[in-house]
Amino acid sequence: MKGTSRTQWLLANGVLVLLAFFALFPLLWMLSVSFMQPGEASSLPPPLLPRSATLANYHELFERAGMGRYLANSLLVATAITFLSLVFNLAAGYAFAKLRFAGRDRIFQTMLAALVIPAQVAMIPLFLIMKWLHLVNSYGGVIVPAMATVFGIFLVRQYARSIPNELLEAARIDGAGEWRIFATIVLPLLKPIVVTLAIFTFLASWNDFMWPLIVLSDQAWQTAPVALAGLSREHVQDNELMMAGSVVTVLPVLLLFLALQRHYLEGLLLGSVKG
Amino acid sequence: MRIILILVVAWALAGCKDSAHAPTVIRFWAMGREGEVVRQLIPDFERAHPDIRVEVQQLPWTAAHQKLLTAFAGEALPDVAQLGNTWLPEFAALHALDPVQPSVIDASDYFPGIWQTNVIDHVAYGVPWYVDTRLLFYRRDLLAEAGYAAPPTTWSEWTDMLRAIKQRAGPDRYGALLPLNEYEPLLAFALQQEAPLLRDGDTRGNFRSGDFQRALRFYREMFDNGFAPATNANQISNVWDEFARGSFTFYITGPWSIGEFKRRLPASLQASWMTAPLPGPEGASYSIAGGSSLVVFRDSPHKAAAWQLVQYLSQRDVQLRFHELTGNLPPRRSAWNDEGLRNDVHARAFREQLERVKPASKVPEWERIATDMQLVVEHMVQGSGLTIEEAAAEIDRRADRILEKRRWLLARKEQP
Amino acid sequence: MKLNWAAWAFVAPALIVIAVFFFLPVLAGFALSFTDFDIYALADIDNLRFVGFANYLELLQTPLFWKALGNTLYFVGVGVPLSIAASLGAALLLNSKLARFRPFFRVALFAPVVTTLVAVAIVWRYLLHTRSGLINYGLESLGLAPIDWLGDPRWAMPAIILFAVWKNFGYNMIIFLAGLQSIPEEHYEAARIDGASSWQQLRYVTLPMLRPALLLVAIITVSGYFQLFAEPYVMTQGNPLQSTVSVLYFMYQEGFTWWSLGRASAIAFLLFALILAATLLLLRWNRRVETA
Repeated sequence: MKGTSRTQWLLANGVLVLLAFFALFPLLWMLSVSFMQPGEASSLPPPLLPRSATLANYHELFERAGMGRYLANSLLVATAITFLSLVFNLAAGYAFAKLRFAGRDRIFQTMLAALVIPAQVAMIPLFLIMKWLHLVNSYGGVIVPAMATVFGIFLVRQYARSIPNELLEAARIDGAGEWRIFATIVLPLLKPIVVTLAIFTFLASWNDFMWPLIVLSDQAWQTAPVALAGLSREHVQDNELMMAGSVVTVLPVLLLFLALQRHYLEGLLLGSVKG
Repeated sequence: MRIILILVVAWALAGCKDSAHAPTVIRFWAMGREGEVVRQLIPDFERAHPDIRVEVQQLPWTAAHQKLLTAFAGEALPDVAQLGNTWLPEFAALHALDPVQPSVIDASDYFPGIWQTNVIDHVAYGVPWYVDTRLLFYRRDLLAEAGYAAPPTTWSEWTDMLRAIKQRAGPDRYGALLPLNEYEPLLAFALQQEAPLLRDGDTRGNFRSGDFQRALRFYREMFDNGFAPATNANQISNVWDEFARGSFTFYITGPWSIGEFKRRLPASLQASWMTAPLPGPEGASYSIAGGSSLVVFRDSPHKAAAWQLVQYLSQRDVQLRFHELTGNLPPRRSAWNDEGLRNDVHARAFREQLERVKPASKVPEWERIATDMQLVVEHMVQGSGLTIEEAAAEIDRRADRILEKRRWLLARKEQP
Repeated sequence: MKLNWAAWAFVAPALIVIAVFFFLPVLAGFALSFTDFDIYALADIDNLRFVGFANYLELLQTPLFWKALGNTLYFVGVGVPLSIAASLGAALLLNSKLARFRPFFRVALFAPVVTTLVAVAIVWRYLLHTRSGLINYGLESLGLAPIDWLGDPRWAMPAIILFAVWKNFGYNMIIFLAGLQSIPEEHYEAARIDGASSWQQLRYVTLPMLRPALLLVAIITVSGYFQLFAEPYVMTQGNPLQSTVSVLYFMYQEGFTWWSLGRASAIAFLLFALILAATLLLLRWNRRVETA
């Protein structure tokens, strides 16, 4: 009996190690190549570690390719979207959960139905709308459409439903206005979902590709993923430079995830299993 | 209260004063190598015009057409741009371009055929910046080894040479490089024929003509006979390394390659490569009338400054400097009389070929038709089982569909 | 009534944003798909024509549309089962009592999910390089012939599938983990008492109880995979020989390379119809299994 257990234990953990290797290897290789000399990575046999690590690729990335600007754009856009959408989604999510108003449930169900519609269906007319608002090729073109999302409202509503009604009623009886109740009672109770939603939103907007690709044509405004895709088409041969670009694009979100992974994973479960 | 008023007025006046002295910034989009190099020409312009500053943005050729259209759609076009001359009709049809004023640029010094590619409905919309055509770049030494002292002038001569080279070269080396994602070589062969590529007032495809099929057959036989590898440009890691290594002897490319070859080939090989006009079906024949123009966009808020930049870049001396930096050929006849160009051995074939160039087509949809042509031909060469006739018919079918809107617009215009 | 006013103040901003920047474009897109909006129309709106169903009919006669559809169905048909199998397997392993260092594995296996798609697609493009890529090097060291992953039309889509599975099997794994952890231990006890082997426990206890999670994962993965775009855009540009052109990539080309916005809108709605149909099929399958 014990013998079988041991083989099973080795098998289970061995496969897990293999899977972890499969998952992490490309990322580690990406990091390693970014420190190699230009041209080293295409030599045969393909090297795993740089022979003499160098920061040359990063220099080239920031000085010639101007990656700093694109990272700054990404940071600005992702932060603005996170902050604004938190404000909009928290208010709306709470209202859908706890406040009564005409057509509340019907509106919510219509919005849920929207989750089925892929975003790309809206992209073409949205581009034309942005054009008329003169928001094409500017930060606004990316930020404004993202200021509220159905998914965000859904998540907040799910969480807010668990707030005991008595708490709110008591505050109303005491004469507190709705905004005060929201600010002083509800928001502190919603803190976990605030953190989760903030991480979700920041990650999603940092990683967003197709819409920024469409709406930001001028290099000056491009976010990191869009700029990276452009660079990759120009610099097909420059393996090491592109890896450096990938590293700086991925690192911020990876670190954010590692620091707050518990909140992120919990939020994922909340959104998926409940409701 | 009055103090506040005074302060506000003073501040407003100060603001006015500042903007009067602030330089006009004009945005200039240029592509590829020209985009990299033109930055070097800007400081002199800015010195001569201290109230104008130029911001150059360099676009890769692969994305340029799309970016320009996107900018048009998003009302985000720059002030000045370099435009491939086959794109000019498209942007003119969109009413995006500011017409060239005769007072700004004098057309008489330009090669007439080249200037004409910029004229749509009797109005010039762009100023030619450099001319471009495609012809043979080849390894003289490898050709001599195969037993030929001079480059080919007819298709049959060329085929014989390619066969001889292939026999000597073996399976991994080829006679010519014709990347399948570039439609220019096929287009050149097609332009060498009599029949036009579009018919009925450029509203329908004419690819099923015997002439085009002849060109297509010649092109396809390059691959069927093993003279050229059936690959894309991105599958070749480094074209110049391969040329130096002798992986192929002939390469159809344009004048920028003069500069690239001089720069990237080893010194030992500099005497071994040469240019020659394209061989035609029966003898010396046509090639593509290519090149880029400088255009000013109609919605630019700084048109006057923009035209000054165009004027500057069109000056004979600046054009010669540009030629030195890029290898691109000037469109002004006076520039060609310059000693440097006259003595450039590699440019001679271009001077000759430029006397025999034909534009592909002046319909706005040309870029799309050419792309579809390239896709169908690539499928055919890669062994999809299409015959020459079927491929030609398919290109016609696609061209007809693409031109449908143009037919409708023209018919509508003719109605009273 | 004061309550009502305040409530509207809470929801109005979000609702306006969603209405103007999502619902309105969706409706407009639907309308656009019945016109021949193109670059001429962009220049002068008088050049616009209402064409009814012509865009849709023409698309159904366009070979590239069918190729894109075929490629996308290939991607979904192979990628989704592979992805679900990988995530389910990983979740089962992580959940089993034998696993050690669970937090580490959980984070490690999830890491690819949060990475920027474009960045890691570029990494994989180099890993898949025919001559200097590590994947072929690995194959060669195992004695197998190298594969021209991104140059051979037969292998380009499998390469993209492999990449897509790598990128998001961690996501579904977490959902499965939650589902597994919610299965009460008594069910396993009862099964063991009845003499069920591990395999039988898996089949008769685990999988049936996982059905809600399986349904959710299937719907999310299927609709996500139908929206294949960034991978072909970054890694192959639809090549070789358009074997990796997906429906969305085709839409992007029509819409933003050639500015045939009417046609592109029609493609988008066809895609939407497809995703909806697939989702409804999955829901119907679920209901049937439920009642069985």
